[in-house]
Amino acid sequence: MARAPKPKLAVWKFASCDGCQLSLLDCEDELLALTGRVEIAHFLEASRAVVKGPYDLSLVEGSISTPEDAERIRRVRRLSKHLVTIGACATAGGIQALRNGKEIKEFVSIVYATPDYISTLATSTPIAAHVKVDFELRGCPIDKRQLLEVITAFLHGRHPQTPSHSVCMECKRRGAVCVMVAKGTPCLGPVTHAGCGALCPAYARGCYGCFGPMETPNTASLSEQWEKLDVTDDELVRAFRSFNASADAFRVESERHVRRQA
Amino acid sequence: MTDKTIKIDALARVEGEGALYITMKDDRVEKVQLKLYDPPRLFESLLRGRQFSEAPDITSRICGICPVAYQMSAVHAIERAFGVQVTGPLRALRRLLYCGEWLESHALHVYLLHAPDFLGYESAIDMAKDHRETVERGLQLKKTANALITLLGGRAIHPINVRVGGFYRVPSKEELKPLAERLRWARDAALETVRWVAAFPFPDFEQEYEFVSLRHPEEYPFNEGRLVSNRGLDIDIDAFEETVIEEQVPYSNALHARLRGRQDGDAYFVGPLARYNLNFDRLSPLAQEAARSAGLSSTCRNPFRSIIVRSVEMVYACDEALRLIAGYEAPPVPALDVRPREATGAACTEAPRGILYHRYRIDADGLIREAAIVPPTSQNQRMIETDLRRFVQQHVRLSKEALTRRCEQAIRNYDPCISCATHFLTLQIGSGGETITA
Repeated sequence: MARAPKPKLAVWKFASCDGCQLSLLDCEDELLALTGRVEIAHFLEASRAVVKGPYDLSLVEGSISTPEDAERIRRVRRLSKHLVTIGACATAGGIQALRNGKEIKEFVSIVYATPDYISTLATSTPIAAHVKVDFELRGCPIDKRQLLEVITAFLHGRHPQTPSHSVCMECKRRGAVCVMVAKGTPCLGPVTHAGCGALCPAYARGCYGCFGPMETPNTASLSEQWEKLDVTDDELVRAFRSFNASADAFRVESERHVRRQA
Repeated sequence: MTDKTIKIDALARVEGEGALYITMKDDRVEKVQLKLYDPPRLFESLLRGRQFSEAPDITSRICGICPVAYQMSAVHAIERAFGVQVTGPLRALRRLLYCGEWLESHALHVYLLHAPDFLGYESAIDMAKDHRETVERGLQLKKTANALITLLGGRAIHPINVRVGGFYRVPSKEELKPLAERLRWARDAALETVRWVAAFPFPDFEQEYEFVSLRHPEEYPFNEGRLVSNRGLDIDIDAFEETVIEEQVPYSNALHARLRGRQDGDAYFVGPLARYNLNFDRLSPLAQEAARSAGLSSTCRNPFRSIIVRSVEMVYACDEALRLIAGYEAPPVPALDVRPREATGAACTEAPRGILYHRYRIDADGLIREAAIVPPTSQNQRMIETDLRRFVQQHVRLSKEALTRRCEQAIRNYDPCISCATHFLTLQIGSGGETITA
């Protein structure tokens, strides 16, 4: 009896640090088992062998920051049955989105003596701003257990089960002491999307929002709490402008504090 | 006599994407260009105006494979600016964390990226079909390293526990104990690794190099030391920018580095091979013995053998981690008090793939006014091109397929970050030296 062909998995990189796709290779106990269930058809980080598309599942890391990449992501979409973005660069533009709203020529000239050789866009934007995305997995970096859940879910034709509540909930579940209440340490946990397992509070520091905003976060209320801890507008702007600076809720809140400074 | 154009597309970057173009006329190599077209992310610009305390978290995002290196160079540079010196158990914990990153990065490169070249596989996944136990040993080594980074750093990629002055939270002596058990297994597995890779076939390719690395009075270098070379360089890190010149080339998004006072076009070599040649006497006895039994002397000038040196450094990382754990007593505070002041500070640490330089100019409020970062791969870029030029010249008669594979392997000798180390290459042979698109 002929076996059904294995579903084809592809991994693509745009502007990013490689950390999210490395999460797949960090599944040391599952990697070889996974390759028994899916065909690694395009994963340049792991293999020089490339199988032609179309692909059943494409994992996309990185943001769109060059004219060439804006074209390439359309080709990737055309080749992919399901397209899942992995990590803050792909879902929110990443840390490199701090260029958005700045004078790009000046930004480039700080790094490169001859900016004319450099091809770049004035903005770094998430994949969903360019093509239809079937699922977004958050994090800077993503959590490898959540990545396995996403791949498993697509293999079984169901929706991935990843919680959309805040880091606060994870903190409670973990039994970690609230760093904001107990120590007066500013923490973005109440407005940040779950997924890390409340890492920073467990290490006695405030959450810095690397999983981006949760669903319907009350950022203004959190800012008020931070202000009671003597946090300035300037510091609030920076807190909301890091790895998910262009995610709507964080962008809007940071802009509010910029206006208040003015 | 033939003219050839070797065009290696989508080598993908140095953390992403790159390409290689080689043109030959009458069997002579004319032009070698390693083009690194990873989209510029402009970190030095976006660091301006950020608080000094954010630098380790922000710069770690430059590289998902060696985030600890970025965090270490950042905290040391800023501490030098503020006149703070981290000593005792906090210093030991940083070194321990770095052992974890070296072990992780080297296990990944040796087993998943480089070994398939020597044994003729497309990937470690293909290799596992015939060598399952070996690949599993590599994965378990990687996993052990990640367990070490996770305990000290909170997670394996972009750890959250490193701060200027020390850590947010330090482990107890008890917490480190189970790790020691796993590291003893890893040390044996690393010794196995040395034996395994020592038996690989190596092309005859001994070259004269200027090796550059840190050198510390007592230790194999991680975080501190003077910058030295085998051709007389011996400087404090504060003299780095007077010594290393970064130049932009039109075909690449990575800046090229060279040493001042050397002949134009002269390259230098950073990474495990450089560290080994300049610091063999600082390796632990076990690591030295492993190197000797693998047929290496205290010098090695064949970059294809860097896979053995990387494995020897894995033995060292396990050995050193065990030494640090055995001597560890938890410090009274997780971090030293740090007061910002208007100052500039620079530091260099040994990332798995070579020296990583950071400099920050900070104002009285603790805001970064200027940042400069020189990663190892941009320093090796010219060296890789030089190797390729020599290698291709020696092997012009090889078939297109064989030459393409050898060029890829030669690039991977430098472990130029995961993605560029594994990309497929396409080689085109033209008639008049023209570039042909694949």
